[in-house]
Amino acid sequence: MSKNREVSTNHVPEIDTQPIQLLEKLCNASAVSGDEHEVRQIVLEEVSPLGDEVKVDALGNVLVKRLGQRKNRVRVMLAAHMDEIGLMIVKKHDNSLFEFDLVGGIDERQLPGKSVLVGRDHLPGVIGAKPIHMTTTKERKNKIPVSSMRIDLGPEIGDRVKPGDRATFATRFEILGPSICAKALDNRFGVAILIELLRHPPDTIDLLLAFTVQEEVGLRGARVAAYTFDPDMAVAVDSTPAYDLPHWDEEDENVQYNTRLDGGPAIYTMDRATIADRRLVYWLAETAQDEGIPWQLRQPGGGGTDAGAIHKVRSGIPSISVSVPSRYAHTAAGIARLDDWANTQRLLQAALARLTPDLLSGEQRG
Amino acid sequence: MIDLTALLKEILSVSGLSGFEGPVREIIHKTWEPLTDALSTSKIGSLHGFKKGRGDDPRRRVLISAHMDAIGMMVTEIDDGLMRVTQVGGIDHRILPGQPVTVHGREEMPGVVVQPPAHLLPKSLGDGPVPMKYLFVDVGLRPSEVSKKVRVGDIVAYAQAPLELTGEALAGHTLDNRVSVAATTLCLEALQNRLHDWDLWAVASVQEEETLGGALTSPFDIRPDLAIIIDVCFAKGLGANDWRNLPFGEGVGLGYGPNIHPALYDAFEKKAKALEIPYHRDLMPKMSGTDAMGVQIVAEGIPCMVLGIPLRYMHTPVETVSLRDIRRAGRLMAEYVADLTPDALEQIHWEE
Repeated sequence: MSKNREVSTNHVPEIDTQPIQLLEKLCNASAVSGDEHEVRQIVLEEVSPLGDEVKVDALGNVLVKRLGQRKNRVRVMLAAHMDEIGLMIVKKHDNSLFEFDLVGGIDERQLPGKSVLVGRDHLPGVIGAKPIHMTTTKERKNKIPVSSMRIDLGPEIGDRVKPGDRATFATRFEILGPSICAKALDNRFGVAILIELLRHPPDTIDLLLAFTVQEEVGLRGARVAAYTFDPDMAVAVDSTPAYDLPHWDEEDENVQYNTRLDGGPAIYTMDRATIADRRLVYWLAETAQDEGIPWQLRQPGGGGTDAGAIHKVRSGIPSISVSVPSRYAHTAAGIARLDDWANTQRLLQAALARLTPDLLSGEQRG
Repeated sequence: MIDLTALLKEILSVSGLSGFEGPVREIIHKTWEPLTDALSTSKIGSLHGFKKGRGDDPRRRVLISAHMDAIGMMVTEIDDGLMRVTQVGGIDHRILPGQPVTVHGREEMPGVVVQPPAHLLPKSLGDGPVPMKYLFVDVGLRPSEVSKKVRVGDIVAYAQAPLELTGEALAGHTLDNRVSVAATTLCLEALQNRLHDWDLWAVASVQEEETLGGALTSPFDIRPDLAIIIDVCFAKGLGANDWRNLPFGEGVGLGYGPNIHPALYDAFEKKAKALEIPYHRDLMPKMSGTDAMGVQIVAEGIPCMVLGIPLRYMHTPVETVSLRDIRRAGRLMAEYVADLTPDALEQIHWEE
């Protein structure tokens, strides 16, 4: 990877304080896969006054319909998952320390020495680690297995925490200059973007918003949401890693950066779960070009989004993903640029506004 | 009455890495000002608080030493807007990824310690822990801003905000050893209403974590007749349950070993028993790992006692302490100092 080029910041849109406050609220809420309650409540509060139809389905997805005015409207599903990776308490030990398991893809090396919030009451706790003074050099060459980690909520926690309670990192949302530092930017970005689209809905299409559950543990919410909506096409709005860091060996170039911060919205061509519909790739890329919105292609490769489930529902749904690039996903603190978020919002707004049935009538362009 | 939680939060709110204790010294100075008769700063930055005894000249002097410095990191290199760091004091690199920090450059910048993805690291690491030299600090600023604001040698401090746990437990970074500064403050407060014959010198010392610089120099200025060193000790908890670890929240540690004068140990044990302050003998067979290692060998030598406040997860940003033990340590020191009679030193002798 060449060094990250700095983009000129002159043309970049400012984000209003209202969406920033909403994103902050969304990131600070706890919503470990299977227990999306807190984010669902925020979403319902925001979308209820705006949608033509709002419902919570059997799995806990929030499904919102907002119908356009024109004839021959494309029915477009936009999906953003509400859930985040996290922990579940599995056992209380005699010493008032709690054993836990991982929910979603967490690198266990990210856990020792972190503070967490446990349960619906957000009780503060810490994942301790043995004092360095009592470790050996050999021991420090091995990672600490999650089975030997514990959450400590103080000696008088009593029965206030039980096996089954979820825990998240205690990180609080913070603005660092041009960046946001927070937990769960994957995928509160997507949730915030969908809510903002609903505030400014394009009249030309039917907007079918799915705020999905359980993406991090198997794309379960997206699958049933797509069945319910039965849309003409779908866009998964997510957050994807920016691996745009220097290689440890200065001689070596980082050729697998996935995406870069400041590169704008990341348009998918292929990941492990989906081959994006080419017509949709061109639709997004051409919109970005025409509108002068910075954009980047996500390097084809691993990972997956809700699109992985959606595109195979019923007789098949043309699908694509677009993501806000973010560093350090699935850790206590991700870092992303405000500008990339704003430009992803702009791109979707512009692309939906120019969407006509013609897009889907043609053959897939090779 | 001092609100202990508020006091702790205040002295934890600023950094003070070994060799860079300025910010915390200022806060302690402000806190001790109404509680002491005079305050001064030593040539290398330790804070000396003097509280005059009521006895006739020349009075005996007792020193209480609590180190105020913190472990942390220092910038070694800047690459594409990201910082490489090395440690100041002992840090287990395995707890670093994801830690909130503050970079003290031309301005204070919040940031986070990050672990690069596997394909950007040496293959030999596999999925094992990533050594500190491969980690970065990211402050969320673009590379040109970072190079304007950060230089090699700038310090990086932990920034995890303290958390109040159940049972009067507090978790946070740098509780080692700001809890002892707090206990010393409680001791000074208690002595406002007690007459004491001896002069008391309360010292917030520098550089314990790296050089023992404060411990080796302040006693030279002060020349105490005896010294109480207060620091944290190991509490039982995760992966720490052998003889070196004391029960959590169930009393102070009374250090026992070559850094400690046995007669002083006996005096403290007797005092704790009389006051019904719970305590545990904290065995230190070779050395105490505290300022006592320095204080003991200053000038002609100084009889030392080591008090310990049991702490879980030492040297992580989630060190956990019981407020009850801090109060106990403060009270024990105050009672000991108040009860020192003009001839008390005669009891501090070797059995021969």
